[in-house]
Amino acid sequence: MIEGILIGLETAFSLKNLMMVMIGCFAGTIIGMLPGLGPMTAIALMIPITYGFEPSTGLILMAGVYYGAVFGGSTSSILINAPGIPGTVATSFDGYPMAQQGKAGKALAIAAYSSFAGGTIAAIFLLIAAPSLSKVSLAFRSPDYFGLMILGLTAVSAFSAKGHFLKAMMMVVLGLMLASVGQDTLSDIPRFTFQNMNLSDGISFVLVVMATFAMSEALTIIFKANDPTRVAKQISLSQLGSIKLDKTETKKMVTTIPRSSVLGFVIGVLPGAGSTIASFLAYGMERNFVNDEEKQKFGKGSVNGLAAPETANNAACSGSFVPLLTLGIPGSGTTAVMLGALLGFGIQPGPRLYQTNPEIFWSVIMSMYIGMVILLILNLPLIPYIARVLATPRTFLIPLILFFSVTGIYLMSFNNFDIYMMIGIAVVATILRLYDFPMPPLILAFVLGGLMEENLRRSLLISDGSWTFLWDRPLTLIIMLIILTIIGWQIYGSFLKK
Amino acid sequence: MKISPSKIISLLFFIFSGFYLYTAHQIQVFTFDENAAFNAKTFPIYLGYAGLVFSALYIILPETKPSNIDLKVLDYKKTITLVILMILYGLTILRVGYFLSTSIFLVLSYIVLGERKWIWIFILSFPFVAIFMYLLHGLLNIYLRDPFLQFIGIMG
Repeated sequence: MIEGILIGLETAFSLKNLMMVMIGCFAGTIIGMLPGLGPMTAIALMIPITYGFEPSTGLILMAGVYYGAVFGGSTSSILINAPGIPGTVATSFDGYPMAQQGKAGKALAIAAYSSFAGGTIAAIFLLIAAPSLSKVSLAFRSPDYFGLMILGLTAVSAFSAKGHFLKAMMMVVLGLMLASVGQDTLSDIPRFTFQNMNLSDGISFVLVVMATFAMSEALTIIFKANDPTRVAKQISLSQLGSIKLDKTETKKMVTTIPRSSVLGFVIGVLPGAGSTIASFLAYGMERNFVNDEEKQKFGKGSVNGLAAPETANNAACSGSFVPLLTLGIPGSGTTAVMLGALLGFGIQPGPRLYQTNPEIFWSVIMSMYIGMVILLILNLPLIPYIARVLATPRTFLIPLILFFSVTGIYLMSFNNFDIYMMIGIAVVATILRLYDFPMPPLILAFVLGGLMEENLRRSLLISDGSWTFLWDRPLTLIIMLIILTIIGWQIYGSFLKK
Repeated sequence: MKISPSKIISLLFFIFSGFYLYTAHQIQVFTFDENAAFNAKTFPIYLGYAGLVFSALYIILPETKPSNIDLKVLDYKKTITLVILMILYGLTILRVGYFLSTSIFLVLSYIVLGERKWIWIFILSFPFVAIFMYLLHGLLNIYLRDPFLQFIGIMG
């Protein structure tokens, strides 16, 4: 393990990779701050750029973007009550009231310190947990993997659906259907290509991500015609106030951060849960831990109420890398995008990654810690300047997003067909989003489609076409029971509870 | 009786799943694979059925949380214009070239969205695309076909 850490440090501390973490954190912060654009969009925009780099460098850049975007989301939550990402919604509960009281600088500083502490503690957990988990995960067989993938898809659907579980499941099926286009991996038989050569290699992952996130986000913003950036213009820099914290505030944070970090990391590890659930749970938990006097301040600018979700959402980001790096199964939509990028590099994450590509495994873990430090150094002094980005008029912002999306896909294929397909998917995605059909399950399913079919193929061939493989092994049985519990809970929540 | 848009979308998905299932059955597999426990059409067939089941359930079951969207506040004009501009952009990017088509796309998009600061419109189109192209073409060695720049002799 020490050797691995040294390899990771060597890779992460190379000048190029340090630059990438810095650029990633900065770019992620800017993109994450813009309402409607979250880490998935930020990472999606980075994918075409990363293909020019080595895998570890590309992944380090994306990890930096991820953390930056989560922090950036907090900035817009605090300053204009417009969370850039769902994971920072809970941040606005107390962050925005603080900003309204003229303590925006303080609120941003609390967010920065909490993010740093939460991310750092979780990175240490990841350092300890990941190698052991990767050893355990070697015991997993094809039926277990197949079960885990269904679990991931069900869990993401359950958490991202917000009461629309069936809609999310339809998106899962649509994602898997899109992934099935192209030649069959084993027999090379063309499927759903309709004799079109452009479809024989399947639909590009970057195309689907760009279309369903970057492009459809941009179209949705125009379609809905509400302009949060106009509100942003009302905030002047003089209203930001001091960024220094006093003793009482620091004391409050010291007690909040450790428990929220642990909770955030554990939630992040679970497939599908992610930073949104972690931040809400941490907020609720913190409210139960504090005294009655502090409890009254929740929702009105409480330091604990701001520090808890901020710590938890960053810790959950680190936690979500555990299933990705050790099992090859993304725990969230964002890590699903990263899995797609890794597959694009020709790297298969999973238990063997630890042995076959230790430099990638360890450098990503190390770069997370470095990313946290850089994020703190970069963001604290830049808070007043970063806030100005919020005033970027959408009249410039939207066309630039569309331009980057089209360019991204054009640079990969150099043909018009992919551009038209991307526009088509983006239009459909925009309509679907309008009626609460969630996109993360679609992306996760699209990424997992190939792996899922491969594991189902192996399982069915081993069991001679019988579906008993789903309960033959105790591990698979446990996974299937968890899936049934989630589905049952959703049915109960949606229909029976009322 | 008013049918909710989500149910209409689910109905469309039901029809799409039916078409997908029909196409999945049409996939030609090797003769020796025909009766195998798993072949190229097994997974798509399951997906087709799953699509039919989930969409049918959504259509049949009562909506627990209907989507509440005021269609009147949606800006159809700008959104459709932007989509048309993107299609035209895709149409011209190979024929006219990256530089001109991208710059014109950006200028028109800014104008469509209501921007009238002409200096910024100019800076964030032609010079911006030129710098971006230089980064891609000059520094990263990514070849960008551009008949227009070739015609005026800037690109070789």
